[in-house]
Amino acid sequence: MSSANSTSIQVKNLSLSFGKVQALQDISFSIASNRILALIGPNGAGKTSMLNCISGFYHPQKGEILFNGQDISKLSPSKRAKLGISRTFQNIELYTGLTALDNLMAARHVYIKYGPLGGSFFFGRARQEEIKNRRVVEEIIDLLEMENIRYQVVESLAYGLRKRVDLGRALSLEPKLLLLDEPMAGMNVEEKEDMARFILDIQELKKIPIIIVEHDMGVIMDISQQVVVLDFGCKLADGTPAEVKNDEKVIQAYLGKETSSNQETDQS
Amino acid sequence: MWRPCGVLDDTYEKDIAIIRTRPQWIITGLSLFSLIFLPMMVSGYVLTTINLTAVCIISALGLNVLTGLTGQISLGQGAFMGVGGYSMMVLMNHFGFSFWLALPFSVLNAGFLGLLFGLPSLRIKGFYLAMATLAAQFMIPWAIIYIRPDLTGGTSTVSIQAPSFFGISLTTQSHIYYVIMFFTVLIIFLVRNLARSKIGRAFVAIRDNDLAAEIMGVEIFSYKLLSFFICSLLAGLAGCLWVIWMGAINVDSFTLHESIWYLGMIIVGGLGSIPGTIFGVIFIRALELFAQFLGPLIASYFPDAIGASIKNGISPFIFGLVILLFLVYEPRGLAHRWEITKHFYRRWPFSF
Ligand SMILES: Nc1ncnc2c1ncn2[C@@H]1O[C@H](COP(=O)(O)OP(=O)(O)OP(=O)(O)O)[C@@H](O)[C@H]1O
Ligand SMILES: [Mg+2]
Repeated sequence: MSSANSTSIQVKNLSLSFGKVQALQDISFSIASNRILALIGPNGAGKTSMLNCISGFYHPQKGEILFNGQDISKLSPSKRAKLGISRTFQNIELYTGLTALDNLMAARHVYIKYGPLGGSFFFGRARQEEIKNRRVVEEIIDLLEMENIRYQVVESLAYGLRKRVDLGRALSLEPKLLLLDEPMAGMNVEEKEDMARFILDIQELKKIPIIIVEHDMGVIMDISQQVVVLDFGCKLADGTPAEVKNDEKVIQAYLGKETSSNQETDQS
Repeated sequence: MWRPCGVLDDTYEKDIAIIRTRPQWIITGLSLFSLIFLPMMVSGYVLTTINLTAVCIISALGLNVLTGLTGQISLGQGAFMGVGGYSMMVLMNHFGFSFWLALPFSVLNAGFLGLLFGLPSLRIKGFYLAMATLAAQFMIPWAIIYIRPDLTGGTSTVSIQAPSFFGISLTTQSHIYYVIMFFTVLIIFLVRNLARSKIGRAFVAIRDNDLAAEIMGVEIFSYKLLSFFICSLLAGLAGCLWVIWMGAINVDSFTLHESIWYLGMIIVGGLGSIPGTIFGVIFIRALELFAQFLGPLIASYFPDAIGASIKNGISPFIFGLVILLFLVYEPRGLAHRWEITKHFYRRWPFSF
């Protein structure tokens, strides 16, 4: 699982609306390879919408998304997956009836090369492909310390472990760009620390850009190199964590409203 | 997933195997071997029932791929069996094909027609898709009866010649048994593998979370169509075998009633489970026989008029009751019971 090549992602003048709701207004930003970018903002700011636009789930009315120079904003989600864009979900969208292992194997879909006939006979090449891909998945299971839950059906797993399986599935796609939507939401301190460690491990190992949406300012200051702040669909600030923390507009946005995240700003 | 106790897998090859231990190999081998001698050990009536059950297993496996694994409900399985059966009959009786030559054409014909009726799944899901497949269940028998009655025989029963195999005419139920059992064992093997392959995982991914599946690179629409294709392909095969089992064909064998019974079989057996499908079919067929036996018995205690309606109504009544009980008390079906039993014996005497 080595993909040490450089990826760049560039969002240009992106606008998305749902009827009268402007979820995103003329947003532009870019990340260089091997960076962790944190996307922050109060509830309903448009963070998830931004990730949905990049992974192809929402179709922005205006703007482009350049992935290694190629405009991907018209491609289907499965085509973008083939290009190496992978993600986790705010509300954990796993395949609940499959085991943790099969959830990861299912994400190897685009790499496993055999058809329905090969699968039905399960001889020769089909078997080799399964084993080859199983090795890749086992490395991820190792990395995320999921050995004990391998054969457990996802339905029966606790919340924190499901979040981990969700991350494992995203990794199994061998991402060239990884999008994480609130990977630590609802976790206790210990679980958050584990997750932060995993994310740093992934970045070090795979050298890919990661976009992370997170409310916990402490974590963001610790792990990210770039922060983009959204508020009501508009971009408020874009810079290093230190720059953003002291930005007038950001402080205003967070202190001006009674949102769940304002104590967290002060904390860091 | 529970594994045989004390068996640890040291390679991924062993880990992905279905049959893992020597006793399991021996049991599988002996079971397959004893299938060869079965016709010599049972009466003609029992053999006829076994043949019908085996045909139903093929069709139910098809439906379980579509409904159990992929999560798309179909109310047209009976009709697609009819497509297979009638294609077979028309090719044999009117175009002079042999059974073996007609078989692939008939099966593919059913498969592609099923794919056509799967097209609405691009846009609609769940209840509405079930309605679309219900359309197939009404249109296909209509087409069989009215479009070319000169070929299909309309509503009347048309007989076909027994197939021959290297000069032997397969006329008796024990001859037919070998043909049917060959295909049943083959299909169980193929579907079991398909379910654990990349294709099976993609199907379940679509069932459990189609949006995530697409984001993770599964081409949802192609895989839904593939599932419809496989489902009706197996229905078609079952239809062809049904025709040689009956020695004749009638459109009344492929009604909505049949389609619903297939859904019942896979619900009782366990949605998405291959062993469950086999248990489910056997269970429902046994129940039907039991109802046939029970009906006249109960009816004899009532005046004639009421007795007759009890005799007719008992089978659907018991069927409905059983489905209801399973949905409430064991929605995972007989497959789940089977897992529990296996687990109990594997850990014996440390069960509980
Ligand atoms: N599918 C949709 N249909 C209609 N409106 C939507 C849809 N998705 C998002 N919105 C709206 O777009 C805005 C941004 O939502 P989004 O989910 O992107 O916020 P967020 O920043 O992820 O918030 P949170 O921190 O609560 O997750 C909200 O006003 C939301 O109501
Ligand atoms: Mg969100």
